[in-house]
Amino acid sequence: MTVLVELSTPVVMGILLGGLYAVIALGLSLVFGVVKEINIAHGDLVILGSYFGYVAMTVLGIDPILSLIIGMPLLFGIGFAIQKYLLNRAFKISMDATLIIAFGLSLILQNAYQLIWTPMARGLTTPYALESFSAGPIHVPLVYLLDFAAAILVMLFIQQFLKRTYLGRAIRAAAQDRKTAHLMGINTDRVYAYTFAISMALAAVAGVFLGLTFSFTPISGMSFLIIALGVVVLGGLGSIVGTFVGGIAFGLAQTLGGYFFGVAAQMLVAYIMVLVVLAVIPRGIFGR
Amino acid sequence: MPEETLLKVSHIDVFHGSFQALWDVSIEIKPGEIVAIIGANGSGKSTLLDTISGLVHPAKGNIEFEGKDISALEPFRIVNLGISQVPEGRRVFPDLTVLENLIIGSYNRKARSKSEQNLQRDYQLFPVLEERKSQLAKTLSGGEQQMLALGRGLMSDPSLIIIDEMSLGLAPILVNEMYKILREIRERGITILFVEQNVRKSLTEADRAYIMEAGRVVLSGNVAKLREEEKVKKAYFGT
Repeated sequence: MTVLVELSTPVVMGILLGGLYAVIALGLSLVFGVVKEINIAHGDLVILGSYFGYVAMTVLGIDPILSLIIGMPLLFGIGFAIQKYLLNRAFKISMDATLIIAFGLSLILQNAYQLIWTPMARGLTTPYALESFSAGPIHVPLVYLLDFAAAILVMLFIQQFLKRTYLGRAIRAAAQDRKTAHLMGINTDRVYAYTFAISMALAAVAGVFLGLTFSFTPISGMSFLIIALGVVVLGGLGSIVGTFVGGIAFGLAQTLGGYFFGVAAQMLVAYIMVLVVLAVIPRGIFGR
Repeated sequence: MPEETLLKVSHIDVFHGSFQALWDVSIEIKPGEIVAIIGANGSGKSTLLDTISGLVHPAKGNIEFEGKDISALEPFRIVNLGISQVPEGRRVFPDLTVLENLIIGSYNRKARSKSEQNLQRDYQLFPVLEERKSQLAKTLSGGEQQMLALGRGLMSDPSLIIIDEMSLGLAPILVNEMYKILREIRERGITILFVEQNVRKSLTEADRAYIMEAGRVVLSGNVAKLREEEKVKKAYFGT
């Protein structure tokens, strides 16, 4: 009984943290599923969202979550431009070219962050970031609850968008069959640019909630990219529900790994789980 | 006389890399016609359709639609102008529902405002699509998928519909039904260009036909006349 009580906090924390991981991974999964690009710069673009929240908070004095009203359209525009002017041209040469360009983008972003914000760790320390929430034996930081709420909102929004709008249906059609999408009058270059733009708007959300939850440095993007790849592998490509479940599985593996084997081993446990899933069900939990 | 010819393909050469797939091909389609392109596998039929749709561009020659040069346009612009292609192998979007597949057909701006009206037309032509509208396309039978592909092609509100190998893999009774529907589509004012391996069928259903061999048009004309050609009889009817 006491074990169960003790376990309740890491379990709840793992699930809530999983929501954040799902939001971080969703943009990566979307671009991977639709454009078939592995966007190696995704983690760094999420961190761009974190720094945007940081600037909004420290320079403009706006609450980071509120600042998303500007941050999301801003990153949406940057994403549209990246796909339209860089990646759309690159993948006509070969898929490897997009990989190399994304890698270059990642290096440029990391170095730019160092120049502008120094290598020091930053965080979005708002008054509510330090609050915690208790229910019976469970104690969790309030931001973890916000992370999860944001995740549910974002997932529902994207799911409805893909289901109900012309652009959303065109994105799904282009993901399933590019040539036929052309024949349906879909400008796939434009659809890809919108897909990347949406992925970046999601990165803005992910970045702000990441900054509220953890501290970040100019090179944090890489570790979150690896987490996002793990989540996508767990959940399976092209499924929003899968990404959500994958995020939660990853979060749980991390917090329970920390509980049983110590904090130093928590990420190791999560990655071992990813490897095991890859070996047993290579398509992921919800993969097709 | 731009009114007389809907589509005019003039002397096009098309390459796939260094391989020349079409040699000096010319065809013409008048409004309201049903025209067939006949030929064996690898004779360049599908390449010709893909060139008209803008998926590949001719190295030489040009293509005019309603008097406008479309040879360098991207596929989505050509759909906008009113040419719709129903691809070989149906190619319905497997993980979209029947209704979503149809709606995707009306993606271009011109067709969107007529989406509801064209949907009702599709449901009249293919009642089974209305019955199955919320099913995923991959759960349909082969014949139903072909109806969906044709219905989806009509959703873009085309004046010319291009159909690639419609009867491939369909039971004969279904093939007859599909051709009955084609005639109905023509009655609604849509011009039809189709590619078919089934020569006997093509030479009865079309008004005119072009016969292709190794990337060239070798014979063309009225189907009644073509049926009597010695060369056609020998090659395709074994008499």
